[in-house]
Amino acid sequence: MIGVGAETWLILCIALPFTLAVAAYVVGPRANLYVAWLAGLAIPLASAGLCYGVVTEGAIRYAVGGWDQPLGIALHADVLSGLMVLLSAVVGLVTCLYGHRYLGGADDASSRSYWPLWLMLWGALNALFLAGDAFNVYVTLELVTLASVGLVAMTGKAVSVRASFRYLILALAGSLAYLLGVALLYAQHGVLDLVMLGEQLGTDWASVAACAAVTVGLILKAALFPMHFWLPAAHGSAPAPVSAVLSALVVKASFYLVLRYWLDVFPASVTDVGSFVLSGLGAAAIIWGSVQALRTPRLKLLVAYSTVAQLGYLFLVLPLLRDAAQRDAVVTGLICLALAHGLAKAGAFMAAGAMQRVAGDDGMHGLRGVSVSTPVAVFAFALAGISLMGLPPAGGFGAKWVLLDASIASDNWLIAAIMLAGGLLAAGYIFRFIRVAFHTEEFAGSVVTRHRTLEWSAMALALAALLMGFLVEPISIWVANAGAAGTTQLAEVVP
Amino acid sequence: MTASVLMPLIVLLSSLVPAVLIFLLPADRHWLRGAMSLGGATLKLAIVAIMLWGVFHEQTYRLTIPFLPGLPLTLHADALSMFLITLSALLWLFTTIYAIGYLDNAPHRRRFFGFFSLCVSATVGIALAGDLLTFLVFYELLTLTTYPLVAHRGSAKALQAARTYLTYTLGGGAVLLLATVWLYHVAGTLAFREQGFLNGLVAEQGPTLTVIFFLLIAGFGVKAALVPLHGWLPKAMVAPAPVSALLHAVAVVKAGAFGIVRVVSDVYGIETSDQMGLLLPLTLAASFTIVYGSVRALAQDDLKRRLAYSTVSQVSYIALGLSLGSPIAALGGIVHLVHQGVMKITLFFCAGNLAESAGIYRVSQMRGIGRRMPWTMAAFTVAAFGMIGIPPLAGFVSKWHLGVGAAAANQGWVIAVLVTSGLLNAAYFLPIIHTAWFAVENSVNGKSDDHKDAAEAKWPLLAPALFTAALSMIIGLFATADASPLTWATLIMRREFGL
Repeated sequence: MIGVGAETWLILCIALPFTLAVAAYVVGPRANLYVAWLAGLAIPLASAGLCYGVVTEGAIRYAVGGWDQPLGIALHADVLSGLMVLLSAVVGLVTCLYGHRYLGGADDASSRSYWPLWLMLWGALNALFLAGDAFNVYVTLELVTLASVGLVAMTGKAVSVRASFRYLILALAGSLAYLLGVALLYAQHGVLDLVMLGEQLGTDWASVAACAAVTVGLILKAALFPMHFWLPAAHGSAPAPVSAVLSALVVKASFYLVLRYWLDVFPASVTDVGSFVLSGLGAAAIIWGSVQALRTPRLKLLVAYSTVAQLGYLFLVLPLLRDAAQRDAVVTGLICLALAHGLAKAGAFMAAGAMQRVAGDDGMHGLRGVSVSTPVAVFAFALAGISLMGLPPAGGFGAKWVLLDASIASDNWLIAAIMLAGGLLAAGYIFRFIRVAFHTEEFAGSVVTRHRTLEWSAMALALAALLMGFLVEPISIWVANAGAAGTTQLAEVVP
Repeated sequence: MTASVLMPLIVLLSSLVPAVLIFLLPADRHWLRGAMSLGGATLKLAIVAIMLWGVFHEQTYRLTIPFLPGLPLTLHADALSMFLITLSALLWLFTTIYAIGYLDNAPHRRRFFGFFSLCVSATVGIALAGDLLTFLVFYELLTLTTYPLVAHRGSAKALQAARTYLTYTLGGGAVLLLATVWLYHVAGTLAFREQGFLNGLVAEQGPTLTVIFFLLIAGFGVKAALVPLHGWLPKAMVAPAPVSALLHAVAVVKAGAFGIVRVVSDVYGIETSDQMGLLLPLTLAASFTIVYGSVRALAQDDLKRRLAYSTVSQVSYIALGLSLGSPIAALGGIVHLVHQGVMKITLFFCAGNLAESAGIYRVSQMRGIGRRMPWTMAAFTVAAFGMIGIPPLAGFVSKWHLGVGAAAANQGWVIAVLVTSGLLNAAYFLPIIHTAWFAVENSVNGKSDDHKDAAEAKWPLLAPALFTAALSMIIGLFATADASPLTWATLIMRREFGL
């Protein structure tokens, strides 16, 4: 990382995955192995470089092609976006290993479309996290959606195609709402740069309307209850490495944008009513998602409903941002929760995929006693579950601690109570599966074939989620430093 | 300097590293696995012995690991930590030997011993926790690592019991988390300190601190099996005998009781909580639990269930002693932490031997078994006499101090509770002993007796039971010796009360 500027890493984070996506498409499945390794090593390296630069040197702005605002396209990296890029890097690296093993040889039809689509998705996610203006965000959001829809439909099974179509319709509706909000902003202020917009927006009706349109569009894509109905089918029917990425990163991208807009663009325009409505929906999501996870007959659907519930937390605590004294703590908590959920959920889906491989199916009944056959995957699932339940020392615990502290400090007892109840509900559905796995009944699936790469990939992510609790303190320091430097007053504009 | 950091780390790692290695080891490497478990347990005991010497000579052992913002994980050895850690290190070694013998040829041994070692790591963490957050972290880890042990057999009944266990303990954990965050918000620190760290806040935040106190006690009360939070304990009896021994004597219920001790003495301070009027409700809850557990134990024919209700009753002696606010009663409560552990583990070892060697699970099946398994029943008898409180056994020493302390605190009615409980203990233990030694083996319903060809248990099962039975005699007989639990508890009390 020494000798190479953070701006270079910034460009590489976006350029590398897109280039590799094109290469994978042109060269075809013959080169899958090389693409997997190259992507899995190079992109995380660039992401780590970027993150290191952001943490040590502060936020970075980069004007693409030297065109300055308001004409050009701005890229923007701060602690929030740097950590999201890093999350994509960690999940992406493991996904490359897992995906290569899971999808098998080059003659597999689905592996032909997997690598170009997945790398395009990775590039689009990085571009989204690093986008500095509202229209650029729209473009990357659409790219993310299209790549995700393609990945869901990849296997060509009827159920996946149906799910992907529903996902597409919903996501397009979300994009339209978002675009409407951006149009309102542009008509009024004539700029699209997020920082500049943030300086101009107020409490007038147009700003509030724009804020509402943008937020509605984003929560459609973030699958906030009751707009979640497309998610379980799409995430549950996709192949495991795709489900992992969708649940860990794609929905998180939409949430990231909500947070980005609320922190940097709309702080003045967000109304108390608006934040409490989202909080209420978040609470409903926690309860509804958990209850569904307690009832569903399939393991991957259980994990997908858990995503619905876990996304609820992210919205539940948004009202706490209104208290300026708690802002840094809440941002820290939200970042940690998003990261911990990303790692844990990717791990849980990968573990589910490994078990599905030996059981032939992900029905709960067929998985009885599966711990005999895939002990590592079951263990990984349980460790990921610790983070989802918010038990120590996992990242989920650290995040919950910080957020509980903030909600008590601002007298939001109901939010604290729902967070605690959500943890217990999560324990309910995680242990529901553990009971199945421990069952003494003879395991019906294969006990001979082991998929060590699949199982240990899941384990790696689950361990990362478990140990993420120890990152809460550094993240809180980075957030506080960035807050002190002023997120809006950026160091310099690099041509 | 470095030794003070390294010692707590080694104590923690001496079971954590074997746990990880056991999981990674192929399932059929039984000898190597056994060697690692025993090696870790022995190393731990040796380090603990060194630390005991150090703490006695006022040496500090402290290790901090950065964790949450402003709240590092702190492992700190004070006199009270050493008390629990010595108990667990010692009993763990014996339970490991016992478990290796007990689970000979059983399935899923790798999983069992892996979680077994993780469980002791969590207990060590609880003992060494230097603040409430660290305590909470290891307390929750203990819940998670004991779940697979309770569910070990995988039968519908075992899974159901494990589910009940989890529901209770995770619920308690959530209450505890809320109380801990709240306390941190109010006090700005969570670090345990002898005589408490809240003295300055009582005037301002009295009502809030009262609410937090009862939330904390409720959270710990689940594992300490305070009535009405005890429901999980009798059900968890479905677990294998070494696990029951562990749950009842060292790990789970002790973690709860130890939590109550920490809250009363090192968060609020015994004197401060007495002044705030927090202790009387605790006295009442503990007294009720003591009598209730004993009454319920009377009615159980299942041996392990009878022992379980006995645990419900006996563990509350610890809370009772702390809640009287007098140094002598507190001494009796603290010392019971060790005494109850040593006696109860003996009883469970013996119950396991009866089940394993003779297929005996119920008291009514035990007629005349003393003649076939004399050593097992001898150990059982000693431990049961100790539980009843017959001098000079360990239980008597605890009860004596509790009684004297109650008198000193002008709470004479507590002596009545102690006497009632003693009589009830006798009422549910003596029939077992009488049946085992003096009843004639007879044929039931025309069938020949169940344990006609039962012989004495094999030595890995017998030796630990005999040792702990002997220990419960020694720590009672030599209660005033320099190295006895009572002397150490006196040291703790002197530091807690600032005497």
